[in-house]
Amino acid sequence: MRVAAGARPVSLPRLLAVQIRAVLLGYWRIPLFAIFTIGLPVMFFALFGLPRLHQEISHHVSVGAYILASLGAYAVSNVLVYNVGIGQAQTRARKLDLLQRASPLPGWVAIAATMVGGLVLATVALLVLLFVGAIAGVSLPLTHWLLLILALLYGAIPMLGLGLTIGYLGSSGNLAPALASLIYLPMAFASGILVPLSQLPSLVRAIAPYLPLYQVGQLGWNAVGGANESAGEAALWTAVWGVVLGGLAVWAYRRDQNRKFA
Amino acid sequence: MTTASASAGDAVQLVDVSKYYGRVEALRGVSVTIKPGEVVAMLGPNGAGKTTAISLMLGMRRPTAGRVRLFDLDPGDRAARSRCGVMLQESGVNDVLRVGETVAIFRAYYPHPLATARVLELAGLEAVANRKITTLSGGQRQRLYYALAICGNPEALFLDEPTAGMDVESRRAFLGDIRRCASEGRTVVLSTHYLEEVDQVADRVVVIDRGVIIADDSPAAIKSKVAGRRVTFTVTPSPTPADFAGLPISGLELRDKWVRFHSSQPEQALAASFRRGWDIQNLEVVGADLEEAFVNLTGNRGADLARSQETP
Repeated sequence: MRVAAGARPVSLPRLLAVQIRAVLLGYWRIPLFAIFTIGLPVMFFALFGLPRLHQEISHHVSVGAYILASLGAYAVSNVLVYNVGIGQAQTRARKLDLLQRASPLPGWVAIAATMVGGLVLATVALLVLLFVGAIAGVSLPLTHWLLLILALLYGAIPMLGLGLTIGYLGSSGNLAPALASLIYLPMAFASGILVPLSQLPSLVRAIAPYLPLYQVGQLGWNAVGGANESAGEAALWTAVWGVVLGGLAVWAYRRDQNRKFA
Repeated sequence: MTTASASAGDAVQLVDVSKYYGRVEALRGVSVTIKPGEVVAMLGPNGAGKTTAISLMLGMRRPTAGRVRLFDLDPGDRAARSRCGVMLQESGVNDVLRVGETVAIFRAYYPHPLATARVLELAGLEAVANRKITTLSGGQRQRLYYALAICGNPEALFLDEPTAGMDVESRRAFLGDIRRCASEGRTVVLSTHYLEEVDQVADRVVVIDRGVIIADDSPAAIKSKVAGRRVTFTVTPSPTPADFAGLPISGLELRDKWVRFHSSQPEQALAASFRRGWDIQNLEVVGADLEEAFVNLTGNRGADLARSQETP
């Protein structure tokens, strides 16, 4: 064995590719987590969507399509809050971040890979749900399917911010799941993506528009033609929430880094 | 002193480095230069500043004052990091991955890594290559961290208390690995408070206490600096520390009738003891080993802490 002196470091795109693969491999190695992430929205669809698939919720919008859009927002958010958020908290709890910091892997590459890996898993969860919906008989024009996918992936941005905030604030492996459930679950209910808006109590309905997941839901409902707000407005509010939650994530990240590496 | 002044081509340079955590002073005006190929042991009690010094060398922390260079570069520079392998005192891996996968991921961070199979072989992990990391024993886990340190075929290895928690047998095997790394021309910086290790592997010992370097020399020179002797005997009835007041001794230990201390003037210390009319039995006077030297260098605080095996 010979020591290689002064070699040029591995290129950044290659490091990013290696690290994204590592993140995805980590997801692949916890089948239970993936089943929860991908399976739960499908199960909810089977329970609540299938029995009234073709009823019309409003003019030309079927219950099936509406629920598919709602659960699509839920599927994407689940991945970003649970897999990315709690995953990042676990990485910190295991002190893998310390070892990475001492390696030639730049910190931002590790984070970018976590985000990309999360978005890939979110896309898979969404596509599986939509595929099941289409097979079950939800019919939409192709453009609406594509619009729905794009709208919900755009809606992923603020939820990614929320996930990373939880991931960097949850100082132990136990705190992050608690934080996630405390913040995210009530929000999912109050945003009308698990229970239709029309069935929410009036107080909750008044609060709903101020929740990020409500705006993501509006993006999805717009894509299938069943929203009560314009797509432009929902897209704007989603962007605002993206800045707010993304800013929070940056703050939480810096706080963590300053404690460990200052 | 083997410390040369800092010059181009050094593996590590700390020049007048101080580090504060808030108001807590971890290092005070520390200067160390490590040449390529040197095997340097950083020795000191818990909280002495060893981990801080290694963190600074690797750019994991920034000095409050002073200058740190790694291979003539900023220690945060990827070009410098790509030449280093690291075992941290506190670190972890993604437990759900398999051993071989984890090595394969880490080696891919480096420009000229060793083959995964070779790394597993060197670390003695071939048999568990396909096991999930959660199923590893503590010793196997430590071997995995060693594997991750060498997988990049590093020019310099930084090992922060690598043998903490190892049993005698694994420690011996591990020290053999470190010697092999050194014989391949790698620079090795290791921190430890297992003093016997230093004699076996290091060319040079840097003794740190309370954030200051109190000695920097070869193991032999450190020992010769303290021309002390270790004195042990038993005495009836059991003595108390007050009985030894005024004797030229340090590092006093008492256990029932059993007495142990170090002294650079053992004849005077013993003469005084006999004059006090003690019934001394089982007397032994032997040359100080590195542990004694260390105790003498760091004072009584070191005497207590040098034996402690906990990590800070």
